[in-house]
Amino acid sequence: MLKKTLDKNTVPVLDVRNLEAVYQMDEGVVRAVNDVSFTIAEGETMGLVGETGAGKTTTAFSILRLLPERTGRIPRGEIFYKGENLLKKTPDEMRIIRGSCISMIFQDPMTALNPILTVGDQILESLEIHNIENKTKKELESRVDELMTLVGISPARKNEYPHQFSGGMKQRIVIAIALACEPLLLIADEPTTALDVTIQAQVLVLMEELKGRLGTSMIMISHDLGVVAKTCDSVAIMYAGEIVEYGTAKDIFEGKVHHPYTLGLFQAIPRLDEDTLRLRPINGLMPDPSDLPSGCKFHPRCVDCMDECRDGKPYPYNQNGHRILCNLLQREKRV
Amino acid sequence: MGTATMADIDLKKIDLKKKLKKKGHSQEIWRRFKKNRTAMVGMFIFVFILLVMIFADAIVSYDTAVTQKISNRFIPPGSAGHLFGTDNFGRDILARIVHGSRNSLLMGIGAVVIGIVIGGLLGSIAGFYGGGIDSFIVRTMDTVMCIPLMLLVLSIVAALGASLVNVLIAMMIANVPHYIRIVRAAVLSVAGQDYIEAARACGTPNFLIILKHVIPNAIGPIIVQATMAVGTMIIHAAGISFLGMGIQPPTPEWGAMLNEAKNYMVDYPYTVIFPGLSIGLTALSLNLMGDGLRDALDPKLRD
Amino acid sequence: MSMLRTVNLKKYFKIGKNRFLHAVDGVNVEIDAGSTLGVVGESGCGKSTMGRLVMGLLPATSGEIFYDGVDILRCTKAELAERRRKMQIIFQDPYSSLNPRMSVFELISEPLVMNRACANKKEQLARVIELMEIVGLAGRFINSYPHEMDGGRRQRIGVARAIALRPEFIVCDEPVSALDVSIQAQILNLLMDMQDEMKLTYMFITHDLSVVKHISDEIMVMYLGQCVERARSKELFKNPLHPYTQALLSAIPQPVLGKLRHDKLLRGEVTDPIDPEPGCRFAKRCNVMKPECIEHDIALQDVGSGHFVACVLCGG
Repeated sequence: MLKKTLDKNTVPVLDVRNLEAVYQMDEGVVRAVNDVSFTIAEGETMGLVGETGAGKTTTAFSILRLLPERTGRIPRGEIFYKGENLLKKTPDEMRIIRGSCISMIFQDPMTALNPILTVGDQILESLEIHNIENKTKKELESRVDELMTLVGISPARKNEYPHQFSGGMKQRIVIAIALACEPLLLIADEPTTALDVTIQAQVLVLMEELKGRLGTSMIMISHDLGVVAKTCDSVAIMYAGEIVEYGTAKDIFEGKVHHPYTLGLFQAIPRLDEDTLRLRPINGLMPDPSDLPSGCKFHPRCVDCMDECRDGKPYPYNQNGHRILCNLLQREKRV
Repeated sequence: MGTATMADIDLKKIDLKKKLKKKGHSQEIWRRFKKNRTAMVGMFIFVFILLVMIFADAIVSYDTAVTQKISNRFIPPGSAGHLFGTDNFGRDILARIVHGSRNSLLMGIGAVVIGIVIGGLLGSIAGFYGGGIDSFIVRTMDTVMCIPLMLLVLSIVAALGASLVNVLIAMMIANVPHYIRIVRAAVLSVAGQDYIEAARACGTPNFLIILKHVIPNAIGPIIVQATMAVGTMIIHAAGISFLGMGIQPPTPEWGAMLNEAKNYMVDYPYTVIFPGLSIGLTALSLNLMGDGLRDALDPKLRD
Repeated sequence: MSMLRTVNLKKYFKIGKNRFLHAVDGVNVEIDAGSTLGVVGESGCGKSTMGRLVMGLLPATSGEIFYDGVDILRCTKAELAERRRKMQIIFQDPYSSLNPRMSVFELISEPLVMNRACANKKEQLARVIELMEIVGLAGRFINSYPHEMDGGRRQRIGVARAIALRPEFIVCDEPVSALDVSIQAQILNLLMDMQDEMKLTYMFITHDLSVVKHISDEIMVMYLGQCVERARSKELFKNPLHPYTQALLSAIPQPVLGKLRHDKLLRGEVTDPIDPEPGCRFAKRCNVMKPECIEHDIALQDVGSGHFVACVLCGG
């Protein structure tokens, strides 16, 4: 496992600074991502955790510049990939970066594959698009075999169609396509949510293995703290478009101080390893992203809400890179 | 969460009763329909056409629409007494359009409405129950659809005898398969939804499931298709008349007027423009209304 | 006395000439009044079919379902209708299980109207408001439509519909799978509170063992249409005996730092139980398979204190 201590001399693979993303809807402006910052070092896996509407997928789409053209905008922020600002790239340059430098795995393997092309052709396609070295067709074909072996599927099956594969197998193909051009960064958007637990375990172990072998960095988007605990080096917890807590996996899962939302999330999960009679849900609901509360976005649901939380941005707490966006901790520190 | 205090709920109860009473289903749909300006324009045009049809005799006498007067041939529009001009037999075009509305609307709307009712019923049954009934209905209708429309209509009219009612019956038979197809597809997409099973689980009988759950969710594409078909039906009816079946001259009818005038179209374009406009305007008004109705029926597009 | 009991319940789906998918293959369950049976398994194990069979939404191929001692597969339509009022179901997806054209009032009213449960409109309105209070839906939503609400609130409508006719027995078919964790806990607590207050009996179908742990008295683990293990909830988690149950338990990632263990991984994936061969259906994926596993069918055996397992390694 990689240590999360960032070497200041090397350039991080991804450096997102003060990112904001909005959707311009008829009803008004939806602020999906607000002032999000994080960095990912080479070989590091960051977990992006949050509930529906927290802005996880929007963050991923912003990095790939795949926000819907008509409605999506990035009014502020910078996204550096190996020191280059992706927001300054032309659409053509971005097209090359996508797939060859940064690629993405989507949640649902059932719809991510084209049903009328064989899986071999689909892997081949992504190789052909990014074929900078002008490899021959034969070389590319052998690379397809290599990739299929890599994800644990016999290359003999490359002429079969997606419907002939089960859900877990399809997700392996999707992973093979994503890894085809050996990207430096892989964004996995809930890659195992649509799979059964025993298959999820297989896929997670596979991804872990490949990551170790290829040295790929990864953003693991998930709502499942269990999955994140088993796969990630650092974790960002998102709520209503903001990262409310960010730190190493150790900070999040074993640390002493937390954001109230993080605590709430942990308490709400039914645990196998503990005996509790009653779950403790977080009160209330996720705020409407087009009508966010003032002050701390979590204050209407927070059990420890103070007056100062209702207006004005909360003071960030920062201890050795463990960042928490909450007034509570700041006050304790001041006292 | 969410448990309000007693006083709170009492207050709300009174409030809710008022709210519920105020909002009947049809009023709610009408309220949403009214907000749609284009739909309202469509409705006003259509109501105007309907009024013209109903008060045709009061507007202009039927005689002027059928009496031939060769000396009055091709009087241009705008002349005194002949606002829309006269045709090749010297008949007033305005009068023919006013009196032709009855036959044309009956043909167009009648064929579509009856087609939808029968097609909708059979299509819902086919889509909802599936299996043997479905195959039987669909295969039979596919066979009917293979026969060219005109040929089918002509054979039916030839068998039943040439009359307005028989043409209507023939066009309806020719139309039903299309509606069965459309309705069946729409119903199939709805029938797989969990809420159909949920309704079954709470004891709703099948015919009410079709009526309350399937049809309201499947009606969008049907309305659009139906309103677009009215214009086509009027033209088809004209074709039948032209071939000597259906409405016989000199009875005024928009489609028939188009047919008669097409020989003089180049020299006297107004002879086709006015009946053509009438058909177009009717189809357009219904189309606008149809779109508005579809949106008004869908609570997702509310306000 | 048991409220619901099935005997050798089977459901085969015809999927071609002389080819049958054995969705539910000889399952015996017994649920005591006021208790909860958790039915756990992966997709394709027949757990949802099981729920629909019990509810009478699907006709069974063979077997018996006793509800309060009466075989509901063999009673008259009128009797069945009467029984049906006492049995309700909560669906998995709060998005597709509510008719988008109906308001909250109409949705909650539907079971009341269809079963003529209210004498007049006033009574109906009062009951709808009462139900909304029970499930924790604010009264202002009464004229709202499902698309205006989030998943948690929608699932509350589903719950309100299910309890509208004061049922005794509710099949919960993955009621929280489509919801976020914080909302999931709200709904689970609501279901548990309702059980205490209304003496409800649940059959709780889910793929998630950690969810079912909190709500069930007894748990049944299903694999390809068959029950492989059944035990009291505490016993099952303390002492899982079937290799599949063990694998299922170890595959669930807990929010504790560490790595997933390779050695406990299951090989292969679930296949469809189409005309299955005799023997244990789990044998192909099992890490401890023995030759006798595929020789003949393995029956569920009592290994003591109500713990049943279908495995050659246990009992016998």
